Amino acid sequence: MLQGLRLTVAFEDTLALDAVNLTVHNGEVVAVMGPSGCGKTTLLRAVAGLQDLDVGTISWDGRNLRDVPPHNRGFGFMFQDYALFPHLTVRGNVEFGLRMHGVDGNRRTARLDDVLETVGLADYGDRHIHELSGGEQQRVALARTLAPSPRLILLDEPIGALDRSLREHLIAEMRAIFDHLEVTAIYVTHDRDEAFAIADTVAVMNRGRLIRKGAPQELWDDPRDEFVATMLGFSAIVDAKVYDGWADVGWTKISSDLEPGEHRLTIPPQAIRVASNGPTTGRVLRSTYRGGKYNVEFTIGNTTLQASTNDHFVVNDEISFHIDTTGVRRLDD
Amino acid sequence: MDRHSSLTTSRRWGIALVAVPLAFLAYFFIYPLATVLVTGFTSNGNIDLEPLRTVFGRDALLNVAWFTLWQAVASTLLTLLLALPAANVMARYEFPGKRLVRAAIVVPFVLPTVVVGSAFLALLGPQGPLGIDLRQTIWAILVAHVFFNYSIVVRTVGAYWERIDPSLLEAAQLLGASRSQVFRRVTLPILRPAIASAASLVFLFTFTSFGIILILGGIGQATIEVEIWRQATGLINFEVAAALAFLQISGISVVLFLYSRYQERRAVQFRHQPSQSAPRAITRGQQIHVVGNLAVMAVLLGAPIFVLIERSLRSASGYSFDAYTGLGDQISGLAAPATTAIWNSARFAVVATLIAVTIGLAAATVIAYRRGWLSRTFDALLMLPLGTSAVTLGFGFLLALDAPVDLRTSIWIIPIAHAMVAIPFVVRTAVPVLRSVRHRLREAAAMLGAPPERVWREVDLPLVTRAALIGAGFAFAVSLGEFGATSFLALPSNPTLPTAIFRLLGRPGTESFTSAMALSTILMIGTATTVLLIERFRRDTPGDF
Amino acid sequence: MPTKRSAVLVAILVTAMLVTACSDSSDSTDKPAELILMTHDSFALSAGMLEAFTQEYGIPVTVLESGDAGTMLSQAILTKDNPIADVAYGVDNTFLSRALEEGVFLEYESALLTNVPVDLAVDPRVTPIDFGDVCINYDKAAFSTTAPPQTLADLTLPEYRDMLVVQDPASSSPGLAFLLATISTFGEEGDYTWRHYWQGLKDNGVLVTSGWTEAYTGAFSGGGGGGTRPIVVSYASSPAVGVFFADPPPADAPTAALLDGCFRQVEYAGILTGTDFPEEAGLLVDYLLSVPVQEDIPLNMFVYPANSAAALPQVFTDYSPVPVATAEMSVETIERNRETWIDEWTDILR
Repeated sequence: MLQGLRLTVAFEDTLALDAVNLTVHNGEVVAVMGPSGCGKTTLLRAVAGLQDLDVGTISWDGRNLRDVPPHNRGFGFMFQDYALFPHLTVRGNVEFGLRMHGVDGNRRTARLDDVLETVGLADYGDRHIHELSGGEQQRVALARTLAPSPRLILLDEPIGALDRSLREHLIAEMRAIFDHLEVTAIYVTHDRDEAFAIADTVAVMNRGRLIRKGAPQELWDDPRDEFVATMLGFSAIVDAKVYDGWADVGWTKISSDLEPGEHRLTIPPQAIRVASNGPTTGRVLRSTYRGGKYNVEFTIGNTTLQASTNDHFVVNDEISFHIDTTGVRRLDD
Repeated sequence: MDRHSSLTTSRRWGIALVAVPLAFLAYFFIYPLATVLVTGFTSNGNIDLEPLRTVFGRDALLNVAWFTLWQAVASTLLTLLLALPAANVMARYEFPGKRLVRAAIVVPFVLPTVVVGSAFLALLGPQGPLGIDLRQTIWAILVAHVFFNYSIVVRTVGAYWERIDPSLLEAAQLLGASRSQVFRRVTLPILRPAIASAASLVFLFTFTSFGIILILGGIGQATIEVEIWRQATGLINFEVAAALAFLQISGISVVLFLYSRYQERRAVQFRHQPSQSAPRAITRGQQIHVVGNLAVMAVLLGAPIFVLIERSLRSASGYSFDAYTGLGDQISGLAAPATTAIWNSARFAVVATLIAVTIGLAAATVIAYRRGWLSRTFDALLMLPLGTSAVTLGFGFLLALDAPVDLRTSIWIIPIAHAMVAIPFVVRTAVPVLRSVRHRLREAAAMLGAPPERVWREVDLPLVTRAALIGAGFAFAVSLGEFGATSFLALPSNPTLPTAIFRLLGRPGTESFTSAMALSTILMIGTATTVLLIERFRRDTPGDF
Repeated sequence: MPTKRSAVLVAILVTAMLVTACSDSSDSTDKPAELILMTHDSFALSAGMLEAFTQEYGIPVTVLESGDAGTMLSQAILTKDNPIADVAYGVDNTFLSRALEEGVFLEYESALLTNVPVDLAVDPRVTPIDFGDVCINYDKAAFSTTAPPQTLADLTLPEYRDMLVVQDPASSSPGLAFLLATISTFGEEGDYTWRHYWQGLKDNGVLVTSGWTEAYTGAFSGGGGGGTRPIVVSYASSPAVGVFFADPPPADAPTAALLDGCFRQVEYAGILTGTDFPEEAGLLVDYLLSVPVQEDIPLNMFVYPANSAAALPQVFTDYSPVPVATAEMSVETIERNRETWIDEWTDILR
């Protein structure tokens, strides 16, 4: 079990990590999510030992890792740009960690074949790195990280550089591999879908602080924090006055069981049902075709909302809809 | 976000990397040098700065200092001007015999100045192909300096140049840059560290030029190096010699300090791109560029070499191989057959190369990893032996190295002295490459369980091997041709090729002369072959090092 | 594993180097395990010569070679408190005064000095071993129809225009010797001094090279290097040496030495002050002056033996007889004026 307590790193006058507490249980995959510059990579590097801490302790199973250099931590690290050794072949890269750990002879060959098989590169051993495509390089990097069976795997946006379809494919594959190998991992990403697809637990970071941590479902159902909501894709945020079982957002009233008073709500696209007989009407800003459905952005009052629909709208069209109150989330102030 | 942990330099490993080169340098360079200076500036047990006043008070000696400086600057600029286009040709174009050319251009570098001097006297005399007498003019000196130093620029800059990702240049072109703009705005800034590196070596060599100035220079024309020699061995005036040595080292130190400051700021990281861009159609202009540069090489480097070979084949009855077939026999004037000299040279060169590569790579790692004034000082310090006169160093050895082990007359001093001259070559070729190795690769290795010394061996070393081998080739060549430093020591007779050649040239008779030329030719061929083999080894070592 | 194999290979290679490199080192004990002779890089004796000394006295001799004579003397002076050798050989009269001033030599009187001409033995601390004469040489082929020069003064005549090549006295030992010869011949005072003479040579197109090699094998037409100038400053012995080493030997010497205006360089051996074995060192000095070594010297170092009991080789008596009239100058005069004369010469020729 990894335990990070009050992890703090200062770069000149800014805090890249600000007293972050993070626990990762054995077999758990934690996705650390946040915008670029939020400190998520620094967190990962600090755990790896590649970044010295100014304050805080990192321990594994209760043992403080302060004086354990990176190469002795038994962690694996997968870099965003893979950092594959250009002077080695695929085999040379993948067996590197095995060699460092003194795994020799048949055991090494067996493990190598095994790992290459796992990532689907069984016949690639003798290829040179620069002969591989981006996706293949990603698999080599993954195989290299997995080969020495690290007790914790740290992944820094490992598929960020790939194209979308490949990403979806790879993330599913990685998840399957992780499940199969019962891997413990921290996975850094800025992408919600990636985080949800890979992780048991999602941690959201902003400006060096860890804001929220929980299972994907838990966060989704109750983002609670405005920043977390934004990260999860809840873009429409409105102020509401709640009274008599209704939440008044200015341009409509939504039934609500919140206690009376001032609240902030978010109305995600899933909560909006486009219907020609809908009680409320907005004006279309833009409409984008997304394979089978349209994503429509429209304004009503001072609010911009998004909806998913089968219908085609053009700019300035009127759009009528109603709100599914179960989809509306309350945000804490 | 570029603040790393101390991962690549664990304490013990870091100390070892610094300590080995430093100890070597301290004992074999700083200590002898300090001893010789202190001796020179001491009279009756007191420090006496009178000799310095003498130097600054005498116009003749000040003229020497000024001449030394300006001829070195002029030689360096001229060498860059002629060699940079050739570096581009070697880096960017494929042509038949390229590897041979790359190896052959090192040849001038190892030839003893006595030999080259005589070839240049023939070429630049009134009977030469130019038909004008350039002997004893500055042009003779400049041309000879270019001849000697051409390969330094072509090889160090060329090696760096070929690793620049061609897509960078294509990107610049697509952004609307003209060819010359691409060169000025992209290529040149990236190349700058390599150019500065090569230029600093050329400057040091020409600043301390000795044989060429002596043989080709005019009457009364002398560099500080020549004047130190004259004062010390011709007039036995150690005080003035020490003052001049101090002046020389001070000047060199300033230049080196400025250089390494500049160098550090200019370090550029770029991807190691195995040059694999599809061969493109070569335009007519490019053809002229390639052929033109090869022609320059042929004339500049080929003509003096041709003169040497031609002379080695002369005999009373036209041309013959007599001089070569006779080398296995006892040649009069040589204590041992010439084959002994060849074996000695090879032996010393191998040991010197091993020392130079070991110490040079350790030093290069420290310089590349560490920033700041300490690293800069270290860098400059390693270059200093190149800029120190052979007489000063030779006499320093004699004064200082008598205890705890008396090394003054040990032949070990030969490869050590050679290595000292060769180390800067290994450092100069390795540092830019090490600096361009992405730090992330080292982190990746560490995360895979490699301790720092292993990271160095598994990542830095293989990546720097190519550069190191180029440095090793130079080191080997330097050692094969080195003549200066050891000629001011008193050593048991261990003829090397250069000393054998020197001896033969020192005797009357056509025989001795053609034998000397034959040995020079063998030295050239030996050098070219060795360099060729080293580079072949490099090519055949792709992945698993 | 290529890594391991190459590591082993390197290890073996290094060991081999170390072993071969170390094999000729030796320890010193109370008894002289060896005698060390320091000399300049022109030193040469026939194979077996020094071994004969070892056979006779049971002491091996190691020869340390320095650069030229000046370099060797510098080294002897710098290491005089803890010398690197027992005997130094090769200091000549142009440097002798300085060597004596510095006190690098012990007094020693060899029994063989009786056979040495008295004008060669100038100081009890050094023993003359050999002498050589720096003389004008010429290429006979160039003077088949015209007469070669007879005196130094002839060299300023128009018929010898652009024919002479000399060495820079600032960088060359024969160059300095020739300058001293001219100073001795033409003098320092009067209407026509050595300065006038050199101005005359300059006006007559003299070529100056940095050293003997560049002059003799480069510029001189009789030196085998394809030069064009038929008159050169070299040694009285050069014609004989040229014949001796030619293959096949020519019927007659292609060059000749002009025996007027030569300067005699005498080479001395001395026992170094700091030696632990002055007695044995004396044996070595005696050996250098003994007839077998003295008769071996001419064809190895191209100089004449100091011991008059030693016979000259035939080729020397045929082509390079000992010059009789040579320029005289005391070692003190040379030491006192050397630097000034070289500077003056440089100013004239520049």
